[in-house]
Parts: sequence; structure tokens; C-alpha cells
Amino acid sequence: MVSLTHYLVLSAVLFAIGTAGVFLRRNLITVLLSIEVMLNAANLSLVAFGRELGTVDGQVIVFFVVTVAAAEAAVGLALVIALFRLRESLDPDAYTSLKW
Amino acid sequence: MQISDPHMLLLIPLLPLAGFLVNAGIGRRLSKAASGGIAVGAMFLSFAGALAASRALLRLPEDARVIDQALYTWISSGNLDVTLGLRLDPLAMVMILVVTGIGALIHLYSTAYMHEETDAEYARYFSYLNLFAAFMLILVLAPNFAVMFVGWEGVGLCSYLLIGFWYKKQSAADAGKKAFIVNRIGDAGFLLGMALLFSRFGTLDFAQLAREIAPLAPETAAFGALSAAALLLFVGATGKSAQLPLYVWLPDAMEGPTPVSALIHAATMVTAGVYMIGRNAVLYTHAPGVLEIVAGVGVATALFAATIGLVQTDIKRVLAYSTVSQLGLMFLAMGVGAFGAGIFHLYTHAFFKALLFLGAGAVIHALAGEQDLRRMGGLRRDLPVTYWTFLIGALAIAGVPGFAGFFSKDEVLYRTFAAGYPLLWAAGAAASLLTAIYMFRLVFLAFHGEASDGRPQHGPHQHLHDAPPRMAVVLVALAAGAVLAGYVGVPAALGGSNRIEAFLEPSFHPAAEASVEGAVEGLSHEAHDTGLELGLMGVSTAVALGGIALAALFFLRRRDLADAWAARYRGMHRLLLHKYYVDELYDAAIVQPVKTGSEQVLWKGVDAGLIDGAVNGAGLTIRGASASLRRLQTGSLRSYAASLFVGVLLVLGYLLWP
Repeated sequence: MVSLTHYLVLSAVLFAIGTAGVFLRRNLITVLLSIEVMLNAANLSLVAFGRELGTVDGQVIVFFVVTVAAAEAAVGLALVIALFRLRESLDPDAYTSLKW
Repeated sequence: MQISDPHMLLLIPLLPLAGFLVNAGIGRRLSKAASGGIAVGAMFLSFAGALAASRALLRLPEDARVIDQALYTWISSGNLDVTLGLRLDPLAMVMILVVTGIGALIHLYSTAYMHEETDAEYARYFSYLNLFAAFMLILVLAPNFAVMFVGWEGVGLCSYLLIGFWYKKQSAADAGKKAFIVNRIGDAGFLLGMALLFSRFGTLDFAQLAREIAPLAPETAAFGALSAAALLLFVGATGKSAQLPLYVWLPDAMEGPTPVSALIHAATMVTAGVYMIGRNAVLYTHAPGVLEIVAGVGVATALFAATIGLVQTDIKRVLAYSTVSQLGLMFLAMGVGAFGAGIFHLYTHAFFKALLFLGAGAVIHALAGEQDLRRMGGLRRDLPVTYWTFLIGALAIAGVPGFAGFFSKDEVLYRTFAAGYPLLWAAGAAASLLTAIYMFRLVFLAFHGEASDGRPQHGPHQHLHDAPPRMAVVLVALAAGAVLAGYVGVPAALGGSNRIEAFLEPSFHPAAEASVEGAVEGLSHEAHDTGLELGLMGVSTAVALGGIALAALFFLRRRDLADAWAARYRGMHRLLLHKYYVDELYDAAIVQPVKTGSEQVLWKGVDAGLIDGAVNGAGLTIRGASASLRRLQTGSLRSYAASLFVGVLLVLGYLLWP
């Protein structure tokens, strides 16, 4: 029997993997992918709670998150393309000119 | 107390004040005739008001000669109750007649003397002159210390404005500042004395104070609150009336236009200190120790200034030191308790000192600004009116019998002797001798002998112009006063009854039930020792004539003798010529330390170091702190994300911690 706890642990693990990806990967596209992983980790826990409580609220919220994630991916990828045209690089450390 | 016409007293100071407002407001758009006319008219009307007020006062019975005019309560706070009002009594009456009468003549004289100024400057001059008279009138008509202080400060301000009238001249601007600052030192004493009296008696009203003080025992042995207050007030008087050690501003005040000197020396300002002591006669008789100080300072000043006057070469400076010296004699009279004699001398002095200054002004006017006695000489033929009137003034100040100065000066000296101060009398007599010498030195050097080579000529013609009509009229009127003014106080020994002193007496002992004991009080009622008085009078006369004779010997017959003496006593001569180096002493002891202290400590230490340091320090601290803090702003997306994440973890941890 898969309990709520299992879902939540999986969600936490996914979230941690996504976070680590955001912090550690040196490719902007991978960073975006990692953000998708984090979002879906959140989605997983929402759906799990919805099922546990027997309501559809969790699923409704997930629909919104997916929509926003789609928009985010579109904007994020567009930005990445623009940045790549500027510097010929996808390394986030190449874009640190907004500093002291 | 009754008021015959409620607005009469008020008009006396208000008329010159109105003249000031008109000339200060729209004066620059008025012609000279208009602005001068307004100022002179205001003063003459004020004089008429003073005459009317005096007549009303004289109609009152002798022991109730007070006209009180309270306008409204000016300050009411706790037990401090200050009425803004005016009060006329015999003492104030003599003063307002002098101030408005002599003042009006000086105004009239000024219309001719200042004619070369531009219209705007002319109006400015007359506005100050009117304001000066207005403040002086407020001072003498004040019923309490607070109102008197208004006038007291006001004349100080006007002296500053008028001495520095030619403010584009550095020395004039400096002299104005000097007068103001030296006066402020005295004023501090005045203010403290006033506060002390108030804390002790809870009132500032002169009559009330006199009533409170009269029953107290005089502080003969101890130095109590009364003595302290009297001494502090006297400090104020030394500043205003140019006594040792605060006399230094008066000689420098010669930088102002000559009629201003006449106004300051004769009618206003310097008489304020003498008047203030007379006004508080009851207080001073209760502080005999302070009275002795007053007498000592007075006589010391008289001698000190007279010796300086002997060698000065600037015609106005000689007269300035003569004023300081004569004021010393007035303080001597005050100090020995002869308040009436002091005020009498003040009153006669006003005539002949105004006359002498205006005469000197006529000389300077004729010589196109020349003030050096050594470059004059022989003016007698060219300036007959000036010469004769000046001569009368000189005879009066020297104390030649028959002239005004004789009666008053003799009265002062007689009272000093009779009060038991033969030493002070001798010093006063010596000062009189010196007065006669330096005055006639002035007369002989300026008017007699031959014209010196360097004497400037006025205008294209090779002859000098005597005083123009408006100045001549004033000179003649003042000369008449210098002769006649003394006859209100003919002493008993000469068959008179000394009416002015009897008239003034109620002002000095306003408390009807005055039961003051003491030598000072007893003196005024003491029968005159006619023989002694006649003897002293003989000495005074001999002194005056002897002084004139000496001056004639040295400066008329044997000019070489004067030079020989100056050479023989060169050290003494130089000491006198440099005015005992008092200015240099003050400069070294006070002015320079203050300047250095201000520059090194207050400016460079406190202002630049402490205040600027604190302001700049705050900025520098923040800049230094930000220099390291801004390193956080790396621009790296991932470190921002990491810090956000850590922040969220911390917040969650805090919230979820069991």
C-alpha cells in the first residue's frame, strides 16, 4: 500500500534533486529543466494530498501550475536563446555583470 | 498722581520714532529738504511736547511731582509684572528737556552739515538720528528696568549704526563694532543686576524698588545683595557712560559724523549711565561701598582721560577724552552722594559739549575734512562765529566763573570736599586744571597763531567759509545755553538757592517716609558752609584761570617750550600719545586671545574637528561598511538562488521547530 508518506518523501527527494540541479548545473537549459522537476515535485505532493483528503482541489491547483510552468518554459527558453545570442554561452556564471 | 493729558508723554518718544519710520521707509524717495524737515520737525515737536509735559509737572505740588502713564501690561508671568508705560518726574524732566532740546538743535545743524551726502544716505542718517533720540527718551521716561533696558539697548544699537555710518570706511565700521561690543559687556552687568534686584524684591519698577529698599539698613560693612546689584548696574553704566575700564569705545566713536558725536556726547547715550545711577539713588545710598567705588572710578577716569586729552592731535579726539573726563566728574558726584550735583553737571555739560563738538564740526567742514590740530591755526580770522562760540564753550568747560560749567563743576567739587573726601576733591581739581589746559591748547592751536603750511583750503577760493546760517544759528543758541544754563543752580554761597538740586531732590528720595540714615543722606540737608564753599570756589577759579594761563604760555607764547617739554619727558609724552597703550593692552589681553581661541579651538578644533568630523564620520562609516557589504552583490544567479533557498530553510526551520 502506497501511503501519503511515500508520496511526500518522493516529492521531497524530487524537490531536492531539482534544487541541487538549479544550484549545481552549469547549463541554463538544465537549470530550467531542474526548475521543472521542482515544480513537479510540488505537483506530486498536491495531488497526493488531494487524494488523501478525497477532494479535487489539489488536482485543480496542479492544472494551474502546469499552465504556469508551460508559460515559464516558453519565456525561459526565449530568454536563454536571447542570452546565447549575446554571449555564445549557456554558463550562468558568464552572466554576472549586474554586480557591485 | 494725575494725568493731565493721557497722550502727552507718549508723544515725546513717539514723534522721533515716527520720524524714523518715515525716513527709514520712504526716505530714499524723499528730497533732502523733506527728509531733513521731517526729522527736525519731529524733534522740535517732541521738544514742544517735553516743554508742555514739564509745565504740567511743575504745576503739581512739590512732593507729588510724578506723571505716570501706563499703557498696558507688557509682560505678566508668575510674579513678574512689567508695565509698558512712561513716567515723568523731576529727574526725567531735566533729561527729556536736554535730550529733545539739544537733540533738536543737533538735528538742525545736521541738515547743513550732512548736505554733501546723497538723498538716500541723508534720509538714512536722519532716520538713525531720530531713532537714537526716541530710544534715549524711552530710556529716561522708563518707569521700570525692563522699559529702561529697551532704551538702553536701543541707544547702543543706534550708536553702532551712527558711528559706522560711513560703513565703507574700514575704520568707521570697526569703531561701530567696537562701540557695540564694549557696550554689550556692560549690558551683561546691567542685565545681571536687574535680575538680581528682581529675584530679591520681585519687582522691576523704580518707585516700588525704592520703597522696598528704603527701610532696609545700608550695607555698610557687608557686601550683600544690594551692593552686588548696585555694582553690576554700575558695570553697565561704565560701558554706556565710557568710564574705566570700558571707556575705549568713545574715542573711536569719533569715526562717525561730527553731529553724531555731539549727540552721543551731549544729549544721549553717555549720560544714560549717570542717569541710571541717579534713578536708583536709593539703591546706591544703601550700598555705600559701591558708591565709593563709583566715586573712585569716576575720579580716576577724569584724571586718566584728561591727561590723554593733553597731547592728542585730532580735534575730535581731544573733545572725546574731555567727555570721558567730564563724565568721570559726574560719577564722582554720584559717588559722593551728590546726585543733584551730578545731574546738574550732566545738564550744563550737554550744552557746552554739544557746542564744542558742533564748533569742531564747523571747523572740519570749513577745512574740507581736516581734523589734525597741527594743520590748523589762525582760524580765528576766517571763522569768527565758530571761534567766538567755541571760545564760550571752552570757557564754560574750563569752569570760568559766570559760565555754566563753573556752577556745576564747582558744585561737584564742593560736595566731594564736604562729604569728607579731600583726596578725591584734589584729584577732581587736578582734572579741572587739565581740562582748562587741554581745552585752551585746542583753542590756541586751532584758532590762534598763524595758519600752518599744510592747512587745506576749501573750494577754489583761497579763503575759508564760516559756518553756514543753519549751523551758525545752532552754535549761537548753544553758546547762549553754555552761558546761561548754570544759573538755575546758583549756589547758596553766591546768593542763589540752587534751585535745580532742590527741584531734583524728590527723585532721589521718592519714598516720602524715607528714614535712611547715613552720612550721604544727611549731607543734602546739611547747612552749607558758606566760607568753605567760597574758598573752594576761589580755588576752582584759580585752577581754571591758571590752566588757561598755562595753555597760553605753552601753546601761544612759547610754542617751542611745549616741544621742549615733550622732548624732555619723551617717555611720558609717548605714553599719553598712545593713550597709555590701553587699546594695545586690551588687544593683547582680550581681543587676540579671543581671536586665537576662536580660530584654533572653536573653528579648527570644535567646528572643523568635532562637528564636521561627526558629519563626515557618519558618512565615512557607512561607506566603509558598504564597501565590504556590497561584495555580497555578486551578480551570480546561482548564489542569489542559494541565499534565497537558505533563507527559506531558515524561516521554515524557525516556524516548524517544535
